[in-house]
Amino acid sequence: MNVEAVELAQGVHWIGALDPDLREFDIILKTANGTTYNAYCVRGSEGVAVIDTVKENRAEDFFARLEQVAAYDEIKVIVLNHLEPDHTGALPELMRRAPNARLYISFKAQIMLKALLKSEELVYTTAKTGDTVSLGDRTLHFLHTPFLHWPDTQCTWLVESGILFSGDVFGCHFCDPRLFNDRVGDFRFSFEYYYQHIMRPFREHVLDALELIEPLDLRLIAPAHGPILRDAPGNYVRRYRQLAQPMLLNEAGDRAKTLLIFYLSSYGNTARMAQAVRDGAEEIDGVRASLFDLQGGEVAPFVDLVEEADGIAFGSPTINGDAVKPVWDLLSSLTMVNVREKLGAAFGSYGWSGEAVTMLEDRMRGLKLRVPVKGIRVKLIPTDEELTLCHAFGRELALHLTGQVTRKVITMEELNAQTSNSKEYLHA
Amino acid sequence: MPKANVTFEDIGVTVTVPAGTRLIEISEKVGAGITYGCREGECATCMMKIVSGMEHMSERSVLEDKVLQENMAGRHHRLACQAQVLGGEVVVRPG
Repeated sequence: MNVEAVELAQGVHWIGALDPDLREFDIILKTANGTTYNAYCVRGSEGVAVIDTVKENRAEDFFARLEQVAAYDEIKVIVLNHLEPDHTGALPELMRRAPNARLYISFKAQIMLKALLKSEELVYTTAKTGDTVSLGDRTLHFLHTPFLHWPDTQCTWLVESGILFSGDVFGCHFCDPRLFNDRVGDFRFSFEYYYQHIMRPFREHVLDALELIEPLDLRLIAPAHGPILRDAPGNYVRRYRQLAQPMLLNEAGDRAKTLLIFYLSSYGNTARMAQAVRDGAEEIDGVRASLFDLQGGEVAPFVDLVEEADGIAFGSPTINGDAVKPVWDLLSSLTMVNVREKLGAAFGSYGWSGEAVTMLEDRMRGLKLRVPVKGIRVKLIPTDEELTLCHAFGRELALHLTGQVTRKVITMEELNAQTSNSKEYLHA
Repeated sequence: MPKANVTFEDIGVTVTVPAGTRLIEISEKVGAGITYGCREGECATCMMKIVSGMEHMSERSVLEDKVLQENMAGRHHRLACQAQVLGGEVVVRPG
């Protein structure tokens, strides 16, 4: 393989590494075209900066390319836009070879740096938006762009050349040694796939970052993976703006709160509970409650729905001491979207033990949903009285969604009694 | 016995508790959206935000302070498994 540094602009080189045979990245992403670990070298009149490194098993190529464009004692600055190991694998060796270099990382990156280098006595500078580091005749400007897709992520802007070193933003897993977007094969699906799997859960942070990036007079985007975007870089910024919009049209209107009720039912008992919950919720003005039988649905469209919903409720029977698999399948797919602070709720009919409801509530709390109303469990066939409770449960969820619930005040003794009763109920 | 009122903002519940109660003793029972790991002050899973009333909370222990610093917690954050409510009105939310 040809191991040569590639010039992006005067004094700016790609010194990354190709990984064409990779077929799965970090367990979670398919990579039909492999990937690249992009690192860059920027030469100024008073020193050299290295921006990001590569995965450890590709370090040899990285150093070979770096040595073509700079001597180690010239390296004054090492910028880490993101500390995930595919970008920092060669860092310890680079620091050893370039002892004059100072590290520039984001504030949040400090924890990860210490964990990576296993040292508490590190010398580095933390950067935020507006901070700069001079290389003499050119200057690196830092943009604080957290959660794209880790807390530590940042971008680095080389103003004199109009180059944005964007980290994982605008990146994708697509390996083509021709490197530049106007020369490589069709990588559009990789760009979209990467956004959907890596950036989508952080949509709000994408929008914040775009506020910083859109005003820049971009001549080239140099991401940490995939093609270097020199042809019409603004198109990719605009595409991110589009992708960060809601996936679905808001047909319920801005004033309506949406509650999605997902259920499964072997004998129709949990289904009847679900209907009662829906009917109760619908009684409250300004709430649109919808019912979905998970047995007849695919996960992905429901994930899109959940992303735009205000609340979600799960109805599951308990089988062998657990909620049923389709519910877990949907819940485990919600890491793809931001569900933080949405309302969550659970209910279900059970035969013997009935653990599903509390398990689902715990999982939703783990996903940072708020679970303000204790779930309802019904032994086998719901009575009219129990369906009335389900109806009231739906109403209460709707009242929470619309902010109409007055704060409940209880004592510790009452709370202990409630907890004790529910344990007895569970073990009855 | 002196009492304190702890409000869990995410679920809209206020619990009146004896002074000295650890937040975890209340938050778990009331079903607030706080998750738990080691319950011994080491993992920081139960980190939560004190929205108001920090002056009514116990001082951070050396262990809690170390763990919060390691996790770059802000000054409004505490570990539910370590922090005790000493009195007054305290408002918390998952952090």
